[in-house]
Amino acid sequence: MGKTFSRPQALSDNHTHYCPGCTHGIVHRLVAEAIDELGIQEKTVGIAPVGCAVMAYNYFDCDFQEAAHGRAPAMATGIKRVRPDLVVFTYQGDGDLASIGMGEIIHAANRGEKFTVIFINNAIYGMTGGQMAPTTMPGQRATTAPAGRDTAQTGMPLRMANLLGELVTPGYVTRQAVLNPKQVNKAKKAIKQAFQYQVEGKCFSFVEVISTCPTNWGMTPLNALKWAEDTLLPYYELGDYKTPEDE
Amino acid sequence: MAKVLMKGNEAIGEAAIRAGCKNYFAYPITPQSEVAEYLCKRLPEEGGVFLQGESEVAVGYMIFGASGAGERVMTTSSSPGISLMSEAISYIAAAQCPAVFVNIMRGGPGLGGILPSQGDYFQATKGGGHGDYRLLVLAPDGVQEAVEMTMQAFGLAEKYRAPVMVLGDGMIGQMMEPVLFPEDLMVPPSNKDDWASNGMATRGSKKRNLVKSLFLDPAELNQNNLTLKAKYEQMKKEEVQFELYNAETDYQVLITSYGTMSRVCRTAIDMLKHEGIDVAMLRPKTLFPFPEQATFDAAVKDSCKCVISIEMSMGQMVEDVERCVKGRRPVEFYGECGGEIPSPETIIEIIKGLI
Repeated sequence: MGKTFSRPQALSDNHTHYCPGCTHGIVHRLVAEAIDELGIQEKTVGIAPVGCAVMAYNYFDCDFQEAAHGRAPAMATGIKRVRPDLVVFTYQGDGDLASIGMGEIIHAANRGEKFTVIFINNAIYGMTGGQMAPTTMPGQRATTAPAGRDTAQTGMPLRMANLLGELVTPGYVTRQAVLNPKQVNKAKKAIKQAFQYQVEGKCFSFVEVISTCPTNWGMTPLNALKWAEDTLLPYYELGDYKTPEDE
Repeated sequence: MAKVLMKGNEAIGEAAIRAGCKNYFAYPITPQSEVAEYLCKRLPEEGGVFLQGESEVAVGYMIFGASGAGERVMTTSSSPGISLMSEAISYIAAAQCPAVFVNIMRGGPGLGGILPSQGDYFQATKGGGHGDYRLLVLAPDGVQEAVEMTMQAFGLAEKYRAPVMVLGDGMIGQMMEPVLFPEDLMVPPSNKDDWASNGMATRGSKKRNLVKSLFLDPAELNQNNLTLKAKYEQMKKEEVQFELYNAETDYQVLITSYGTMSRVCRTAIDMLKHEGIDVAMLRPKTLFPFPEQATFDAAVKDSCKCVISIEMSMGQMVEDVERCVKGRRPVEFYGECGGEIPSPETIIEIIKGLI
């Protein structure tokens, strides 16, 4: 019998440093599968963020640059502008993209930079150990919000896909999740579509992926999936917020 | 080739193109916005890339990205903007990418003013960003040298795989002078396939390239810093540039001054000569690496009684001068930095006070 399932070529065989139950591994795989299927590994440059995925380049097998915190979209802009023939993607978390990197992502999206953003939203800072993120839910506990996020002090969680979907510039903006196999399959399609739009030189593409952080949420992986389903999805509604066909 | 009359900022833009740089990212700031205005017209004619970023912070990383992808790239800014770019400069130095930054200095600190200043000497030469890195800093004294140094900067950046800064000031950016664009300063393209993340297909390799500055292993980080240090030591050996003026005489006073300020000192030296007073000047053209030996040698000449550093700052380069003179002569300082450039008459009065 032939091999029916194997590691995508665009993924290295290194063990990841991600915690048990973390969904980074799934999303890494989906990105690598999209790269493989589009046959773009050798012209792809990834940008690693600051956050849990800071060493994403250890797991992807393609050229990579490592950004400062939040600046990945600016670096991707630099690369894509001078080398439009390359396929460029950033892989960023919610602290990186929605907090310190808000300026860079909004402006890159609004200029319609033709690269792809994979945005992992797990409603917390992972690498630094569970601090409140702009995406942390009301009442959700974090090390810098021990009594739970007080929205009177810190505002409501930012919905990045909704925000970018409001921009007038054409683009592909979608929110997906990887909490069950059905969602994973849909997320896969969206990620591949995002890269496809870039390959066609069509538009900026942005895939927000609702993810889990069992370690910093203080939950088992299974409970984390359930909590995300029950708490995050009603607020972070899944679906396309903008497609280039809208225009 | 005939000379053309150009404003400093525009000449810097043209110099970048002549040096073979086709990529420019910038954010507007007085007194250097003319570089962007010039290049947004000129670069499309050359098939190049012009982009106005949303902030100097973002521009710093556009430069990093473009450079990391192996393309020749430049930005220009002025003091507060360079502060914002300094984060990226630290990353670019750590990741060993070539890039050219031009700082057309204005008065500070804070918002300061928009007139010429030399208040960013420390920032440029001692590290504006965090960590153990140095910038190779070229300091032109006029439009012609701004052109030549901008062109040289690309070659130096690629020779060392390091960020290089051209440190001018608002006077150099704003004034018009006749300039030549020397063809021998064109910088041939260099091969960056060994390290640039320019796509494996670009270099026909199965081995990917990483552009990074994170080294969690202490030994690796130490090694990266040793690699950087070795470059800075090589710069000290190979890249020092300076000019001595009226130094063949038995001067009693040695002026150290650079950039726009050195032009005024030169006039003052000429005027003093008419009065029979010999004063020499050592003008560093590279601020890092600093002309250490030349400064020492010029200071300890028998006739020389004292050294004075004259700057459009509150006393920055003077610290390097003191370091180089090693206590063998008194080192004095005179500076103004509100935006007014001290006149030759002021300098003459100061010098006479020393004799």
